[in-house]
Amino acid sequence: MRRVVSVWFPTPTVDPLGQPEEGRGAAPNPAKGHGPFAGPGESPGLPLATLAEWCLRYAPLVAPDPPDGLWIDVTGSTHLHGGETRLLRDLLRRLNMPAYAAVADTPAVAHAVARFGGGGVVPPGADVMADFPIEALRLPADVLASLRLMGFERIGPLAAAARAPLVRRFGALLALRLDQAAGIVFEPIVPVVPPSLIQARLTFVEPLLTADAFSTVIVRLVGMVCGDLERAGQGARRLDLLFERVDGSVQAIRIGTARPVRDARHLGRMLDERLERVDPGLGVEAMRLAVAVADPLGFVQTVSSLAEEASLDIAPLVDRLSNRLGEARIYRIAPVESDVPERSVRRVPALSRAAGGWPADLPRPVRLLDPPQPIDAMALLPDHPPVAFTWRRVRHLVRHADGPERIAGEWWKRDREWSSVRDYFRVEDEDGRRFWLFRRGNGSDLETGDMRWFLHGVF
Amino acid sequence: MFTTLAIPDKPVVTPPAVPSQAIVLLRQRIARIERIHARGPVEQSLPLGIEAIDQVLPTGGIRPGALHEAASAGPDTEHAAAATLFAAGILARLNGPILWVLRQADLFAPGLTGAGLQPDRIVFVEAGKDVLSIMEEGLRHSGLAAVVAEHTGRLSMVASRRLQLAAEQSGILAILLRRSPSFDDPALSEPTAAVTSWRIAALPSPPALPHAPDTPGLGRAWWRLDLTRCRGGEPGSWIVEACDATGRLGLVSDTDGRSVRAA
Repeated sequence: MRRVVSVWFPTPTVDPLGQPEEGRGAAPNPAKGHGPFAGPGESPGLPLATLAEWCLRYAPLVAPDPPDGLWIDVTGSTHLHGGETRLLRDLLRRLNMPAYAAVADTPAVAHAVARFGGGGVVPPGADVMADFPIEALRLPADVLASLRLMGFERIGPLAAAARAPLVRRFGALLALRLDQAAGIVFEPIVPVVPPSLIQARLTFVEPLLTADAFSTVIVRLVGMVCGDLERAGQGARRLDLLFERVDGSVQAIRIGTARPVRDARHLGRMLDERLERVDPGLGVEAMRLAVAVADPLGFVQTVSSLAEEASLDIAPLVDRLSNRLGEARIYRIAPVESDVPERSVRRVPALSRAAGGWPADLPRPVRLLDPPQPIDAMALLPDHPPVAFTWRRVRHLVRHADGPERIAGEWWKRDREWSSVRDYFRVEDEDGRRFWLFRRGNGSDLETGDMRWFLHGVF
Repeated sequence: MFTTLAIPDKPVVTPPAVPSQAIVLLRQRIARIERIHARGPVEQSLPLGIEAIDQVLPTGGIRPGALHEAASAGPDTEHAAAATLFAAGILARLNGPILWVLRQADLFAPGLTGAGLQPDRIVFVEAGKDVLSIMEEGLRHSGLAAVVAEHTGRLSMVASRRLQLAAEQSGILAILLRRSPSFDDPALSEPTAAVTSWRIAALPSPPALPHAPDTPGLGRAWWRLDLTRCRGGEPGSWIVEACDATGRLGLVSDTDGRSVRAA
């Protein structure tokens, strides 16, 4: 039995897919790159096609239904999403825009229920079209106006009326639409072509259960995919490995790389490391490896002259660590042109180019306390270093000191720092430990700070 | 057909200081057993640049492909600032990318430039509790020059042995900065598989200008550098000047407290 979902976007100028896309599938986020969802009057083709591609996550057959809708042929794929009701709920939640969705036996019924029935699940075989207004038939406006003049309000009486005079007056379209609504005529949908994915799939005679077996399959799958990638001149940025289990459910692992990669060994190893997250259940009967995101990857010349040193590539290590810990926890530090110490560095991705430009002559501590810790200090105003200070109830006598290094607030960026000043001192206590202290304020003018002392770092 | 070149027999002149062939062979065998030269010849060792210290180290310097420990002494045990600078000074004279495994992000990268280490070379990893396993992962990747990790708390013999073996296999320099919330934590003195173990304590430094002691200012910091354990060598203790902008230490006095410079 065929089951078709119709999705209707009633308001054309809505915020499209604001949520970051999660889950699997090569889902291009329409919010990126294409601007807000364009309505019927603007450019009907592109955003609908993009949304249709995104909907490929639910079923393999998706078609745009211009000007304001989509069809998804979910026949045989609703169980992957826990049933039709859950699929609709999930679809609407992820779309995150005003939309109505209905699932029915034919595209025509689903189309009508989504627009005129508020959406929902039409049970298989149910005849619901009779009560819908004739506008639900997707007829041209002049035909509809004439039908209304003739007294037809609902589809039921129209379908019951004699066909021949209606067809002679309004053409064959009316009869076709009525038959489509009744399910007598099959209405095909023209599915969008899925974005060309490089993928490989292997099915097994016997269900696989062990990690060793999976590893062996991964080696073969990765080899197939890498060959395709090389022919396409591309490298994988994201790989999805899907495990199709005998009970019909699908398990997936996904890995990402910081750079386009088509090194079979490296990719295979990263997939292997994730295998422990897979629950094979009663067995896996097929595995599919899909390159969800790929970027161009050309050949690079490594060493061109004898004098050059081969630069060592740390990208594989970064990939493996990011897959293990998360990308945010692998980083390089780049300098920022700011005198305020806590704003003078920023994190950049681990494989970004070395920035350079580190100030060499500024004495800076190797450990920075965040936030600066308040201390009790005794110092002569306005610009003498402290004689002694107490930090964590330990009193330190200052033997040597250097300073002050005055750091003014960034008034050109932040209004609150219009007049604020910090005076930094490097001090050495009687044990030889070195600290980086600062006084909030310039020592004479209370407008510049409250003259409290802080410990900001240790050398 | 190959023609054999006649090599004239030269009498081998052995200076008296060079040990006999048997001794050399025996030493090599012992070294093989101890895996001291598992990867790379001795020349690849990184000398500290101070003859008194390099003499004590069996390979004449900090050996790559081995695990080295460094900890600060006294109240600095928590932040390990001096130990970090000591490690940075070693790394500054090494070429190549460095993986720095952090437990929490309190390292201030611009401070490393003070010891001559450009932060551009470092890839930081915030590993949380997985510091040791991430360090091992890094040591198994041959693209790195060094892996530094900051470990808080105990280090079991097994864990340190794993790190040492990983470093031996890849030939990467491994430096483990030991930190502890308590001062002079005895856990830091427990035996590990590290090849060398260093303890760095801050010492009061002399005035910046010796001839004008009352002039305010800070000179180079002084450290007491203790080599508490050294595989194949003797422990030692020196008073040194902290790393300068090229990462080099300066010797002030050696183990016996003999001053090496005219005060």
